[in-house]
Amino acid sequence: MNRSQHIFGSGLVFAVGLWVTWVSYTQQPAEAFLFPRLIASVFVVLAGWTFGKAVMGLSKVGNGVTRTMFLNMLPGLIITLIYVFWAAKSLGFYTATSVAFFILLSIYDPAPHSEAKSWIKRGIITVIFVAVMYGLFAMLLNVYTPKEILF
Amino acid sequence: MEFIYYFGDVFTPLSFLLLLGGTIGGLILGATPGLSPTMAVALLIPFTFQLEAAQGLILLGAAYTSTVAGGAVSAILLKIPGAPANIATTLDGHTMAKKGEGARALQLSFLASAVGGIFGVLLLIFLTPVLAQWALAFGPSHLFWLAILGVTVIGTLDSASVVKGLLSGCIGLWLATIGFDDIMGAQRFIFHPALGGGINIIAALIGLFAIPQVLTMFAKGRQTDGAEVIEVQRHSILAAFRELFSRTRALTIGTLTGSIIGLIPGVGGQIAGLVAYDQSKKFSSEKEKFGTGHSEGVIAAESANNAMVGPSLVPLLTLSIPGSPTAAVLLGGLLIHGIFPGSDLFDNHPDVAWTFINSMLIGQVLMCIFGLYVAGLAARVAQVPQSVMAAIVLALSVFGAYSVQGSMGDVYVMACLGIGMFFLERFGFSAAPLVLGLILGPIAEANFIQGGMIADATVGKASYFMTGGLNLLLIAVVLASIAYSVWMELRHRRYTTKEEAQA
Repeated sequence: MNRSQHIFGSGLVFAVGLWVTWVSYTQQPAEAFLFPRLIASVFVVLAGWTFGKAVMGLSKVGNGVTRTMFLNMLPGLIITLIYVFWAAKSLGFYTATSVAFFILLSIYDPAPHSEAKSWIKRGIITVIFVAVMYGLFAMLLNVYTPKEILF
Repeated sequence: MEFIYYFGDVFTPLSFLLLLGGTIGGLILGATPGLSPTMAVALLIPFTFQLEAAQGLILLGAAYTSTVAGGAVSAILLKIPGAPANIATTLDGHTMAKKGEGARALQLSFLASAVGGIFGVLLLIFLTPVLAQWALAFGPSHLFWLAILGVTVIGTLDSASVVKGLLSGCIGLWLATIGFDDIMGAQRFIFHPALGGGINIIAALIGLFAIPQVLTMFAKGRQTDGAEVIEVQRHSILAAFRELFSRTRALTIGTLTGSIIGLIPGVGGQIAGLVAYDQSKKFSSEKEKFGTGHSEGVIAAESANNAMVGPSLVPLLTLSIPGSPTAAVLLGGLLIHGIFPGSDLFDNHPDVAWTFINSMLIGQVLMCIFGLYVAGLAARVAQVPQSVMAAIVLALSVFGAYSVQGSMGDVYVMACLGIGMFFLERFGFSAAPLVLGLILGPIAEANFIQGGMIADATVGKASYFMTGGLNLLLIAVVLASIAYSVWMELRHRRYTTKEEAQA
């Protein structure tokens, strides 16, 4: 893993540590922040130590994210974010799950995209999976999910 | 011998069905590379909400036991360990399978798992009530240090870097403070409305263990694992029985090593399997056969990784300190039913405690019986493309997190923690201490505040928390675990540097 990734990762953690410490020592009532202060003090020292090591190029642990890994992951991550933060509530859980599941299969399934057979297989897997999820959560566990489109 | 009175409760139709379902499902999930036992148990928690506490725990316990054993199927037939605990099994198990002895390796693996597992659960049965009573003597300062001990031990032993492990624990402890303060009612670190009620443990567990796996599968792109299932020929189960008990040295070493390692918080099945394999090789008269498809290797590794399951629950059930990430998830399963481990569990809910522990004993036998039949199917499931697994786990995580309280906020928290944890793991941080911090944070804080009140009225905070035999012992163990890990890290670094220099 290259040095800049170490600096970025540990820098972010250090920034959170500083914010936690600042909030812990400035917010009132002080009694409510006694324990957070204790944690924040250790947190910021360890985070500072890690950041310092990263800046000096001494951080060794962690494989980082390679360019290939990131590019492979990016479409899945974007679909996940849209699914979780928008589609699940706006389209309804089951509709959103069907769409996200099918898109993820289409992107990552190693089967060739040129064959109609693989598309049919993906469609069938999606339908079966969503039916199982509906049976488990809506019928067996009685979980009432947001319903916007279809079901 | 109180546990005997509750044996019947395991055999009620629903309980037994759950035990059976958890065992078979766990075997299949365990065989699937990428689905760790911890993640499998975390994803199952939402299914226990509508069950009684004992029944919910039966399902989770069965899944825990059998996922560890199920991991041997893919280790033997695919050369891909289903879980880190099965790494040592691959060394001889897969070589046996390649020689056409796959069935023998599987039979020995499940039989050894059952023997080790039963011994481990018996240890749990006999140690737990004694330690739970002993824990009654613990005051707030001791419980505070115990919680800190839980975080530091896992933080230092489970991570490649001691500082990053401890930092992960601190992040977990901080996350646990988000929300409203219990005593003053003050808002703490609520920077988004979804955090108003604090971070829900179950949603967090699902996110921290499942989402990084999903993203790791995405990061591999459109590739197949390329692993082919080795066909399994028939082999007499009686011959496997005879062979197992003729290899008593490997079986004993594996079982004892696994049980002892299981009792140490933070040291997982992976270590148990590898240490048992190594020790078994050292004491074997056929050292040279190890690694070439020797049955002793499989027996030692598998008896060890299942023997650690029972003892790993001892610190959890007696002191509320989860000994492993999976035990932390089980603690989450207990807390959602309003049950706290420790003496309260055995005094006020003995039916829950003993039915759960007994079910793990029966589960070991079921796992052994069904493991042999399910192995073929499990190996096929292990070949399911990662794209399908990733999409399934993602959807289960979203539904699971939502079903906790019917809140989208929990889903957002689950996703944010999961995505954050993926990147943190890539930067060398570990999920286990973070989870421990999140779970033990409220216990540590409650005892810190309570102890502080007692201290203010008596001897003062410094004396109350830093003096007394038990306090000093716990502080010493905390410091020793950190010192040991620092020493190991430095030693490993020196070793690596030497190797690099030679290269």
